[in-house]
Amino acid sequence: MTLPLQLSHFSAAFFFALFASVVFGITHCDTTRDMVRYGIKCFVTFMGGVIIAGWVMWLLRR
Amino acid sequence: MATPIAGKTNSATPPLTLMTVMAPALGWLIPGAGHMLQKRWIRGGLLLASILGMAVLGLLLQGRIYQPFGSDLLEILGFVGDVGTGGLYLLAQAVGWGQAAPFTATADYGKIFIIAAGLLNFIAVADAYHIAIGKKS
Repeated sequence: MTLPLQLSHFSAAFFFALFASVVFGITHCDTTRDMVRYGIKCFVTFMGGVIIAGWVMWLLRR
Repeated sequence: MATPIAGKTNSATPPLTLMTVMAPALGWLIPGAGHMLQKRWIRGGLLLASILGMAVLGLLLQGRIYQPFGSDLLEILGFVGDVGTGGLYLLAQAVGWGQAAPFTATADYGKIFIIAAGLLNFIAVADAYHIAIGKKS
């Protein structure tokens, strides 16, 4: 594994949210419909948290 | 000394079958394999893609692989997270991945990605066990 890969903070957070949401969705619910809904909810929460935290840090920096 | 109540059985303990042992063990070694073994092909495939994808992305970001018998608590906790990736951890140890000194600023993301992948695999292993004992469909 010598290939160096560079990700921005946002793209790293995106991939983290995507992969974690898939696992959370599958493991926390019983039916397929609930899995999809919970996975989407987790993804939106992760990404929403990233965007809100970003704006909070921007405000604190001013 | 406690005596069993007549007519009551200990229903809290799940029966020990080959599947209750094999599904978590295989699921740890290969993420998602515990689900595939129980014919949950799509779930298993998605778990494999997600957990392996996260761990491989961590390695590509030059994330560090923690060694067993670490010197401080953070090293030990990092090892516990890393070892959750199962076969990939063993492969990385054998080949020497994640040992080189990082020269990118994002290598810290990689370390976290590998630990998170391991912890997610522990959740997937527990889920495979719950399916095996019939607690989940």
